[in-house]
Amino acid sequence: MSLTDTSARRAPAARLALPPWARFLLGRLGQAFLVMALVVIGNFVIMQMAPGDLVTVIAGGADMTQEQMADLRARFGLDLPLLVQFWNYVAQLLTFDLGYSYRMNAPVWEVLSARLPTTAALVVLSLLFSVTIGTVMGVVSARRAGTLTDMGINAVALVLYAAPSFVVAMLLVLVFSVKLGWFPIAGLTTVSAGYTGWALVKDMAAHLVMPVTALCTFYVAIYARLARSTMLEVMDQDYVRTARAKGLSETRVIYVHTLRNALLPIVTMAGLQVSTVLGGAVVVETVFGLPGMARTAYDAVFQRDTTMLLGVMFVSSLAIVIVNLAVDLLYTVLDPRVSLK
Amino acid sequence: MTFSILDSARAEPVTTAPLLSLEDVRIDLRPGVPLVEALSFDVAPGEALAIVGESGCGKSLTSLAVMGLLPKNLKAGQSGKIVFEGMDLATASEGKLRGLRGNRLAMIFQDPLSALNPVLSVGAQIAEVLIAHARMSKAQAKARAIELLGEVGLPRPDLRFGDYPHQLSGGMRQRVTIAMAIACDPKLVIADEPTTALDVTVQAQILDLLTEIRKRTGQSLILITHDLGVVGEVADRMIVMYAGTVVEEGPVAEVLSRPKHPYTAGLLAARPSGSYVHGGQALSDIPGTVPAPDARPEGCLFAPRCARATARCREARPPLDRAGARAVRCFFPVDGALA
Repeated sequence: MSLTDTSARRAPAARLALPPWARFLLGRLGQAFLVMALVVIGNFVIMQMAPGDLVTVIAGGADMTQEQMADLRARFGLDLPLLVQFWNYVAQLLTFDLGYSYRMNAPVWEVLSARLPTTAALVVLSLLFSVTIGTVMGVVSARRAGTLTDMGINAVALVLYAAPSFVVAMLLVLVFSVKLGWFPIAGLTTVSAGYTGWALVKDMAAHLVMPVTALCTFYVAIYARLARSTMLEVMDQDYVRTARAKGLSETRVIYVHTLRNALLPIVTMAGLQVSTVLGGAVVVETVFGLPGMARTAYDAVFQRDTTMLLGVMFVSSLAIVIVNLAVDLLYTVLDPRVSLK
Repeated sequence: MTFSILDSARAEPVTTAPLLSLEDVRIDLRPGVPLVEALSFDVAPGEALAIVGESGCGKSLTSLAVMGLLPKNLKAGQSGKIVFEGMDLATASEGKLRGLRGNRLAMIFQDPLSALNPVLSVGAQIAEVLIAHARMSKAQAKARAIELLGEVGLPRPDLRFGDYPHQLSGGMRQRVTIAMAIACDPKLVIADEPTTALDVTVQAQILDLLTEIRKRTGQSLILITHDLGVVGEVADRMIVMYAGTVVEEGPVAEVLSRPKHPYTAGLLAARPSGSYVHGGQALSDIPGTVPAPDARPEGCLFAPRCARATARCREARPPLDRAGARAVRCFFPVDGALA
């Protein structure tokens, strides 16, 4: 964490005599703003560099005179100087107007806001399950290091680590949907049933079990191995010996004194997982036919729907920046040495 | 701190049953390679015993063995008796040991920064001992922990309760670990080099605190150190360890002024004399190094480095000869006062 040099660079803010947490938050928000500014500039550059523009897309194969096209460009402001166009783009984004997708014939934000919750549910659930299951596996494995249990858990982790998520996804479909019929094959809801309220939640949960599992497996392995090695490392620390010398119960030694310290790298990993899991979500959403944001991005690439793609990039960057901010805040809660100053 | 302590010879004959008694303790690294061997000593109630020796002589292992905290591979190679309040700790169950640790017998470690958990407040780390052993509620434990922080000399203990280890100075941290150790009023406190990691100015304060607590509570203290100056300051009796065993034992004042084992004599001669002016004289040293556990000589362990060693010393290992309060493991003990 670069918390200390942030405070050094933000020396002038110190004169404002803000409480430490406010200064920390301001600093982090400043960084987040910078990241988002870079994303926006990057997006704009990509848009400019892409061959053709909006008007050529609209014109498509249709016969359009040069005058008609020039007229359209003037209407969209595409004939203005680059800097003015950039400013207009930023102003647009600030009102959360992500542009209009002519492929989908709908405003980008409208499409994404309908699909974001599915992807968010997928990511959040897989994050929760993989961290929990992986950590429990790692802790058990570390406590029984060198035994058959440990070797068994390691073997399972290795298999999960090596299995690509699309293979896992298709195996799950084959076994649990086709053969056993426990879970629905695809989609987010049983459209024909027209469930509402609690029944709808249960129906959606049943639809999400396999996608979440498929998205989890790889990360479960990552957390299991990470948790095992950090637990073993922390167990060797003097303060764990002190805890034993105090006659504390083994449960307290492991969960209060050891795991609490081993959680730090796991939280870091979880922050990284949020950014990488979107790639896995593309596969999972495709295999399970889920109407999510990741698949929208994938489709946009093939349909050359630049506006949609940039919208996805903007929204997912924003989500990742927010998650990273949350991880930094969580750090200060977990480790008092990471100060807010 | 040098010779004033020698005047107050505190060694009184021990008549009561010992609080802790080690009998022929041996800790094997692997079969036939002992790290500690033929280790026997007693600690009387209320007594302060110093264990002195170079690093690697087995003094820390001894303290971990008493606490039942040896690493698994060494625990397997442990034999002999460690009797504490009539119970053999060497054969006691883990549950029994857990009930004793932090409660009847406590330990203070060398480096207070690494010995304290960085993510828990110091107050919580003291309170959890009380909750584990004294069956206190959280609120009672907190109140008592604040009292303890005051007893070990932390200013504004109510404010320090919520501090984390990294927010305190080295001396403060060691005071916290001492508070943790004495929380349940143990019968025996083992302090493993409690001042080694501290500034010289703080060392004396911590030693004074340990002595003050011992006098007030009547606890026994085992002080493990390689600093002979510290020994005189705190302990009544001392044992000198060399290559995993006891080579000399006796009241501190006597051993420091009239060492019997050539190793002890060598250690004392290697000390700078009280004044800082040595008249250009180099400090004497003991030639050679401590033998590794798997390369220990057949005869006397110290023979290869001993100027007095004879053929007999190289062939047979001398027994620990006891005479009154003194004991020495040497065929040809040094006689006479230190020059």
